[in-house]
Amino acid sequence: MRDITVTINGRPMSATVDPRLLLSDFIRQDAGLTGTHVGCEHGYCGSCTVHVDGASTRSCLTLAVQVAGRKVDTVESLAPDDETLHPIQQAFEDCHGLQCGFCTPGLLMSVAELANTNLVCDRAKIREHLAGNICRCTGYHQIIDAVEQALAEIREVQIDG
Amino acid sequence: MLDSDDIGRRRREPAKRAARDEIDMNDRGPVRMKPPKFDYHAPDTVREAVAVLADVGDSAVVLSGGQSLIPMLNLRLARPTDVVDLGAIDGLANLEPVDGGLEIGAMVTHRQMETNDLVASITPLAQHAAGFIGHRAIRNRGTIGGSIAHADPAAEWPAVLLALDGTITLASAETTRTVPGDQFFEALFTTAKRPDELITSVYLSGRFQNSWGFSEFQRRTGDFATVAVAVGCVIATGAVVEARIALAGVAERPVRCPDAEQALIGTRPGRAVDAAIAARDSFEPVGDCHGSTEFRKRLVFAETKRAVTQALGPDLESRANA
Ligand SMILES: Cc1cc2nc3c(=O)[nH]c(=O)nc-3n(C[C@H](O)[C@H](O)[C@H](O)COP(=O)(O)OP(=O)(O)OC[C@H]3O[C@@H](n4cnc5c(N)ncnc54)[C@H](O)[C@@H]3O)c2cc1C
Ligand code: FES
Ligand code: FES
Repeated sequence: MRDITVTINGRPMSATVDPRLLLSDFIRQDAGLTGTHVGCEHGYCGSCTVHVDGASTRSCLTLAVQVAGRKVDTVESLAPDDETLHPIQQAFEDCHGLQCGFCTPGLLMSVAELANTNLVCDRAKIREHLAGNICRCTGYHQIIDAVEQALAEIREVQIDG
Repeated sequence: MLDSDDIGRRRREPAKRAARDEIDMNDRGPVRMKPPKFDYHAPDTVREAVAVLADVGDSAVVLSGGQSLIPMLNLRLARPTDVVDLGAIDGLANLEPVDGGLEIGAMVTHRQMETNDLVASITPLAQHAAGFIGHRAIRNRGTIGGSIAHADPAAEWPAVLLALDGTITLASAETTRTVPGDQFFEALFTTAKRPDELITSVYLSGRFQNSWGFSEFQRRTGDFATVAVAVGCVIATGAVVEARIALAGVAERPVRCPDAEQALIGTRPGRAVDAAIAARDSFEPVGDCHGSTEFRKRLVFAETKRAVTQALGPDLESRANA
């Protein structure tokens, strides 16, 4: 067993974990944050995507011990409070970018990374960036619509701000 | 994967299964572990890391980005007794210009290779190829050392390393040695690296920075290459004086194609096509659900022609297509 301290969504958390515990299970079971979904558990579906030090990461392909001392952000970090959605979440709602919602937390975190690094991109670039997030429901078109809306909105806020 | 025997035994003997996998409990119930049990080491130095490898022997594995190893652990295709995590070792993720080329620490990520300015100026082929590896989340964590050690025949880095006349530096408890890429990749997922060795860096030559090409066919964005071709040339007074052509996805290991390379030397017109024909005729790729042998041979032709045309540049392109 190993003692680790991880900053999850801005709050430090200490735990004693088995080294083989996956970050995805640490987040869901130890931290009790069940927004992060677990699909394939071998890196292909993208539903478990979180940020480690700001970079998108498959939490099913990361051991909890590997993030000791690091900053982990999950989908729960997006909304500023219980009443308000993040612009990306709002856009997904407005554009029907989700149906069952299984893929959504991973998609939102991948889009959040895109918003941090590349606010200006066309639909082809958006598709390329999201190729690692599989959705069985929507057929993707509304997801791309949502991302376009979200990026436009975030750009506007940045210009106004 | 689980064999049916294993599943049957587990169903009949739940107590034994619990003992073997030691299901941990927390206040929300059982915590299920996907990877098998192992001893975890997080050394601070290369010296400590190789000491563990020497001590434990070949049942230990090195963990870098985990983007190939952890899937294998989750599926229990790998059952190491010990895992040596390189994540805490300082200085393994440096990029340094050396002798006109680039010395790349084993822990440099695919994403660093994609975004770093030194990579873009000294080894633009490597910078370009990095973007073809997996998805952003994979590139954020996966490392060049891990990919070279893993030696997937359809991976980008091994082919790029061969095209750029690269070398691999290995450290063990006894010694440090540098192996040319041409001698490193031996067979499917098999390299000249011994189990007690770890890759500390790779070196890519800078002499191909003005004449390089890369072309890849992948079924979906982020997939491993069905076929990828990397080309590095040296051009002097309008003539090709050195050519290296390496392919991924055509054999059980990344390979160079001497006949195609030979076709490029000199100033003859039409050599992109000649090289493409030579490459197509050099390999019998194994067909599978992603493409028959015939389809893959056509891809070898098309991707070689594209990569060579890119390497020779617009001046020679028209002649190359003649
Ligand atoms: C969804 C998905 C898509 C992918 N697509 C691609 C793709 O298109 N192209 C591609 O090339 N790869 C792809 N990959 C694999 C990815 O590039 C891996 O990062 C890479 O193959 C291994 O690097 P790693 O740092 O993650 O190594 P790890 O997974 O940590 O290790 C891999 C193997 O190498 C050994 N090893 C690691 N580092 C060292 C070292 N320094 N010295 C000695 N041995 C070492 C380990 O013991 C292990 O056996 C994909 C992976 C996923 C999950
Ligand atoms: S659960 Fe991690 S990628 Fe599918
Ligand atoms: S909304 Fe159901 S998988 Fe994407």
